[in-house]
Amino acid sequence: MTKQLWNEMRRSPLILASLAFVCLVTAAGAAAPLIAPYAPGGFEEMRLLEAPSRDHWLGTDELGRDVLTRILYGARVSIAVGIGTAAIALMIGALYGLISGYVGGQVDNLLMRIVDIFYGLPDLLVFILLSLFFGRNIAGVLLTLALVTWVRFARITRSQVLQAKELVYVEGARAIGASHARILLRHILPNILAPVLVTLTFSIPAAILAESTLSFIGLGINDPYSAWGTSWGTLAQDGWRAMRSYPHIIFFPALAIFLTILAFNFLGNGLRDILDPKGR
Amino acid sequence: MLRFLFRRLLYGLVVLWVVTTLTFAMLRALPGGPFDSQRRLPPEVMANIEAKYHLDEPLLKQYGRYLAGVVQGDFGPSYKYLDRNVADIIADTFPTSTLLGLLALAFALIFSFPLGVLAAKYRDGWADRACSFVATLGISVPHFVLGALLIWLFSLKLGWFQAARWGRPTSAVLPMVTLGAAPFSYLSFLIRSSLLETLREDFIRTARAKGLKEIAVLWKHALSNSLIPVLTVLGPLFAALITGSFVVEYVFAIPGMGRFFITAVTDRDYPLIIGVTLVYTAVLVVANLVVDIFYSLVDPRIKTR
Repeated sequence: MTKQLWNEMRRSPLILASLAFVCLVTAAGAAAPLIAPYAPGGFEEMRLLEAPSRDHWLGTDELGRDVLTRILYGARVSIAVGIGTAAIALMIGALYGLISGYVGGQVDNLLMRIVDIFYGLPDLLVFILLSLFFGRNIAGVLLTLALVTWVRFARITRSQVLQAKELVYVEGARAIGASHARILLRHILPNILAPVLVTLTFSIPAAILAESTLSFIGLGINDPYSAWGTSWGTLAQDGWRAMRSYPHIIFFPALAIFLTILAFNFLGNGLRDILDPKGR
Repeated sequence: MLRFLFRRLLYGLVVLWVVTTLTFAMLRALPGGPFDSQRRLPPEVMANIEAKYHLDEPLLKQYGRYLAGVVQGDFGPSYKYLDRNVADIIADTFPTSTLLGLLALAFALIFSFPLGVLAAKYRDGWADRACSFVATLGISVPHFVLGALLIWLFSLKLGWFQAARWGRPTSAVLPMVTLGAAPFSYLSFLIRSSLLETLREDFIRTARAKGLKEIAVLWKHALSNSLIPVLTVLGPLFAALITGSFVVEYVFAIPGMGRFFITAVTDRDYPLIIGVTLVYTAVLVVANLVVDIFYSLVDPRIKTR
């Protein structure tokens, strides 16, 4: 399946470009300490709010910090939050949906009612409330976002399991006495992989967007001593306050956020078109 | 039909109760209180404050008092705005958020219709490509990025509109576009897909076979039939716009409910947080109820369920 997928993906320049960009941002975040031109906490008090120049490719902020360095370190936060959220949400949601769909009946009814309540609430509202509870460090924000995102995985997994359960060969496997675990893992799971993969790809940019928004309004990751770096949303907030006179400071973080989210979404679109050609 | 609606209404009330209880419990479980400040207050003052807001009572009693208040439309006093209670603040700010949501929805509808129809009519043409591109763009631009861009371009560079405040008609333009951009892209794509599906139906072929002009087929026969999915999303979409305007209100300094919510969270003004959460949930519940009613009117099969 992987090979087939790659063959299809190779044909679309948009998907390839998006994939390349996503890899670039991930690599830049991972290698930030090696490639960043300045130290992460470093500042030059005589060079505040400078426009892009040879020393500072993307300029400096109101404390004289190099904007490029901050963006490179910020990439780790965004990518970690995006992938981490999607991974945790996938584990919770897929298990939940698997149980709900496979067991069915009253259990399914009850489990899905709970999901409905979560699903109906505005995401950002729940993010903000939960972030109060879990704290404003990277682990807290990950948990917060995952607790909202898992619902999507639960729904898609359940509906796929419900369909796959009725397939003839699943019935056959049951007839020859296969165990529940075997039916689930060998016969149902491979069937539901494609839509779950698409949901996974779309939930990464959604998490990045939510995290940067939370950080922008000052309710996101707030940990000045973190070795991780500062969220792009916080950088945008710094730039926002100086935008009237120094628009370049908000420009680069905003562009980084936008392009990264866009690339992930194009990738998700491409995957969906390939894996589910009926959708378009 | 009535029984169905009654059941949905009951479910909505249960949702409201669950959300209130969860929020209440969560906020009370937080370490630290709303009156912790840099300077430690003398214990007598602290005791007085706690007595005033009934924070010295057992938790269950506080909860009961809160629920009893909510039923009567009293959300308690605000901890931060000393002379106002939460119900007043919501009554002041809710209309602003609603107006902003309505404007954004109107903007989205007006512009998505032509794009969606063109995209479906000339499939794989430039409008269609623009439509899919916009659909991805719409979920990729955070409100604060678009808002900042519009402010920079239209108010700092060109000086056409105000960057902030609320009140004059021109000051509503940029927030309306910022909030309406995502629903615009979503609706365009929805109209396109819905119209494409309708155009495949048999009655369209019949209409064409009768020799009707293409424009009549499109507007009278196809469009009116592809509107149902669009109409059904309008309720939740409107609710999402009212409840999702935090950042837009923050960026444009609009005195709406979302901006108060953000400050309430920063200030730990617990009654205001629960109050706004409750109103948001109520908006969603009502929107879903409206959709249910609408569905049962359009599709008679629902009644038998």
